[in-house]
Amino acid sequence: MKWAGALAVLGLLALPLTLSSYALTIFIFIFFYAFLGQAWNIVGGYAGQLSAGHAAFVGIGGYTAAMLSIEHGVTPWIGMFAGAVLAGALGALIGYLGFRFGLRGFYFVLLTVAFAEVCRILVSNIDAVGGALGLYITFTGNPRHFQFQDQRAYYYIALALMLLATGIAALIERRRFGIYLRAIREDEMAAEAAGVDAFRYKMFAMIVSSSLTGLGGTFYAFYLFSLQPNTVFGIPLSVEIIIRPIIGGTGTLVGPILGSFILTPLGELSRHYLGQSGLHGAHLVAYGLLLIAVVLFLPNGAYPWLRARFRR
Amino acid sequence: MSHALLDVRGLSRRFGGLQAVRDLSFSVDEREIVALIGPNGAGKTTVFSLLSGFLAPDSGDMRLGGRSIVGRKPHEVCALGVARTFQIVRPFPKLTVLENVLIGALVRHPRRRDAEAHARAVLDEVGLAAKAAQPAGTLTLSERKRLELSRALATEPRLLLLDEVMAGLNTTEVERTLELVRAINARGIAVLLIEHVMRAVMSLASRIVVLNYGERIAEGRPDEIANDRRVIEAYLGEPDVDAAVP
Repeated sequence: MKWAGALAVLGLLALPLTLSSYALTIFIFIFFYAFLGQAWNIVGGYAGQLSAGHAAFVGIGGYTAAMLSIEHGVTPWIGMFAGAVLAGALGALIGYLGFRFGLRGFYFVLLTVAFAEVCRILVSNIDAVGGALGLYITFTGNPRHFQFQDQRAYYYIALALMLLATGIAALIERRRFGIYLRAIREDEMAAEAAGVDAFRYKMFAMIVSSSLTGLGGTFYAFYLFSLQPNTVFGIPLSVEIIIRPIIGGTGTLVGPILGSFILTPLGELSRHYLGQSGLHGAHLVAYGLLLIAVVLFLPNGAYPWLRARFRR
Repeated sequence: MSHALLDVRGLSRRFGGLQAVRDLSFSVDEREIVALIGPNGAGKTTVFSLLSGFLAPDSGDMRLGGRSIVGRKPHEVCALGVARTFQIVRPFPKLTVLENVLIGALVRHPRRRDAEAHARAVLDEVGLAAKAAQPAGTLTLSERKRLELSRALATEPRLLLLDEVMAGLNTTEVERTLELVRAINARGIAVLLIEHVMRAVMSLASRIVVLNYGERIAEGRPDEIANDRRVIEAYLGEPDVDAAVP
């Protein structure tokens, strides 16, 4: 398993040598969404606290780095950490409200969605941060501005982000923290009876997850050169973040990555080809059908199913 | 007065219009086995929830080794040395049997390797070692009951709260659990148990506390309790007044 992982990473490192620019773009999105999914997986998968508002952290992270860069000339390489800290702070606030007052299941989902929506509406109405039009970043191609002439730089950054989040999740998984999170997901009351401070560990999970997601906001902003409140804080992005670990298998290291390798190309290609033939939105139908199929046939996701196959 | 391990004084808890526990006092000494019995709805499980920090009492005090545990959260009570099982067992179904017990063992052994060694020792003691690698969801009811006990035991408590660990077991399994509880107690762990299997209560407990409608109606040695008029009334109903007239 470890060897397979190392081999796959080596392969991915060499891959850009052979890729067309369009294929490169698809891989960048695969890695980036796998990264977001993995960050979500820490609180949503391992700890089982279903945040459906993770877009808020992407938005906070992206806006922080972009504003620092545009208004104060701070390089996004520093701004990304400021964004991560602010996203972590918002995560801590949402976590505190949700966990302290014992919001479970749907109620926690609603709380996270509500916070993301509040952020979206606030940002849309504050002209100092671009209002409803959002922020545009001028292309300079200067690496100091987190901008690169060569697409491959983005490829490697996105790959690094995915590996970073996966590394953190792997560390958590093996330690006491990880076992506690799984126990909380399975039965919070029993975990508490066995000495687990559920509130504390859920807070940790939420803060790690939201800060990591915030880190990704900078990549989003400086890869796409624009931030629109309806896109980066919107429910559709939150759904994009969640859906990959669900398809691949929540609470597993491979799940979010596998889910992104399945879903991202499907989304991109169907948007590309079906969009050309005038069938706008058809990729959403494809998504929907795939999701229904996974829920029906692989309720634990693709990776646990594959693992069970290979063990036999 | 002797130093009781657990000292409960004037404990009360109300749910809306229902007084679940009323002015309850009792104690458990070091190394003692005490049984809490009473008809369904007498408030026994509420007492456990109060003792383990899942519910807060409206009034009264609970002391463990002289320190009040009122207002402590469940994980704090556990760290102080009170472990409970649940009447309806609550395993972590997707975790392995070993991982289930490991969660409890991590309370005293923060390093995973030490905790795992301790968890394996506990599984050996309760006879679940062969199932260590299996997901807990695949166990039989009797095995789940033992897993529930193992997880509590792995936290190395001073006082173990057992909520009907024999319910639903066959005679052989009850016998086995009796042995196990005796062995645990022999290692110096005090036990407070809720039980409907009277044979178990009578053979294990040195003292019995009887609850009815949240109140203590009797307390004493098993032989005293078995002949107590109030206890018999509580279980069988009051004798018909007319029929009692000769």
